[in-house]
Amino acid sequence: MSLVFAGVCSHAPGITGRAHMADPALRDGFYASLERMREALEAAKPDALIVVAAEHFANFFMNNMPAYCIGMGAHYEGPIEDEKWLGIRHTRVPGYPDLSRRIIREVMQTVDTAYAEEWKFDHGIMVPLHFLTPRYDLPIIPVNINCQGPPLTPLHRAWEFGRALRRAAEAVPERIALVGTGGISHWPATPDSGKINEEWDREFLDRFINDRRDEMISYTDEETYRDGGQGGFEIRTFIAVAGATEGKKGELWYYAPIPIFAVGCTVAVKEV
Amino acid sequence: MSLYYVQKLLYQLNRDPRVRERFEKDRDEVLRDYELTDEEIAAIRKPDIGLLYVMGVNGQILMHYAAMCGYEWKEYIEAMREGIRKHGPVRAGLYAMVDGKGAV
Repeated sequence: MSLVFAGVCSHAPGITGRAHMADPALRDGFYASLERMREALEAAKPDALIVVAAEHFANFFMNNMPAYCIGMGAHYEGPIEDEKWLGIRHTRVPGYPDLSRRIIREVMQTVDTAYAEEWKFDHGIMVPLHFLTPRYDLPIIPVNINCQGPPLTPLHRAWEFGRALRRAAEAVPERIALVGTGGISHWPATPDSGKINEEWDREFLDRFINDRRDEMISYTDEETYRDGGQGGFEIRTFIAVAGATEGKKGELWYYAPIPIFAVGCTVAVKEV
Repeated sequence: MSLYYVQKLLYQLNRDPRVRERFEKDRDEVLRDYELTDEEIAAIRKPDIGLLYVMGVNGQILMHYAAMCGYEWKEYIEAMREGIRKHGPVRAGLYAMVDGKGAV
């Protein structure tokens, strides 16, 4: 069929785990935008949701780190984190192995992705699902881009990976939704946790919304680390979505720095 | 320096309940499985969360070890800040990419 929905959102564990500590006005506005995204996602009537995430050493370590990995499991488990710490109950999420296999085959025509038949979800996927598929009834195809352990995939390759996902979505009869989830700037789990570079975030989002490919892939890792922190490397997930929706405009539905969530909380969609 | 093995041990403690069980029973027996310096072994055993951060352990790995050792979130953040005050800038890994002093 085709890609029927594309968007991006934040996934920081504080969004659910430290919800009670946030400014209610900011938190509720952000939650309302995630709810709007859920409604839009459901209205698109997808058969499966591809979540392009940046996991945090849940499954992959530097002994064998794939630049890209796509899940091919019948089901997935999550969260790996303590339920109370994250504020999300442990659950089983349905996969769609046959569809995964077809997607992976097509992606491999241009990008050498790894695949995994086992995958434990950390907050990077569970937080978005908690809001977007709260009944956990939509088959999920998890995708990971290594944004934690350098060397990291170059940004222009993340764009190409997104284009490959688009091509794969168009090659299957199912209706495919795509959500990327990541930073933008943040310094998670470091002494600088809570720092957010709003100016840098807004500039990146402007490039994302307006399909400014060359500027979106122009950041060096050194610049990103300096201005966006370690969490800034997760722009790769947004860039993959931008690659999958190349030539299309987007719309920013929410952006606000919420320090207790340790990230500039973002909800945006792109035309498909 | 064997940052890779420090992180590998902490990663496995985070993710593998059997490794954690062995570690809780006999730390030395588990520590022998990894190529670690005396300073690294001492930092893991104590635990010195601040020194582990300065050694370059990724926060996404370290925060789980700190939680396992009973650190509340704010204590964990403060331990890293204290680590930098006491031991100097981050020595290796991702956080040494600029000056190792962090953004604050």
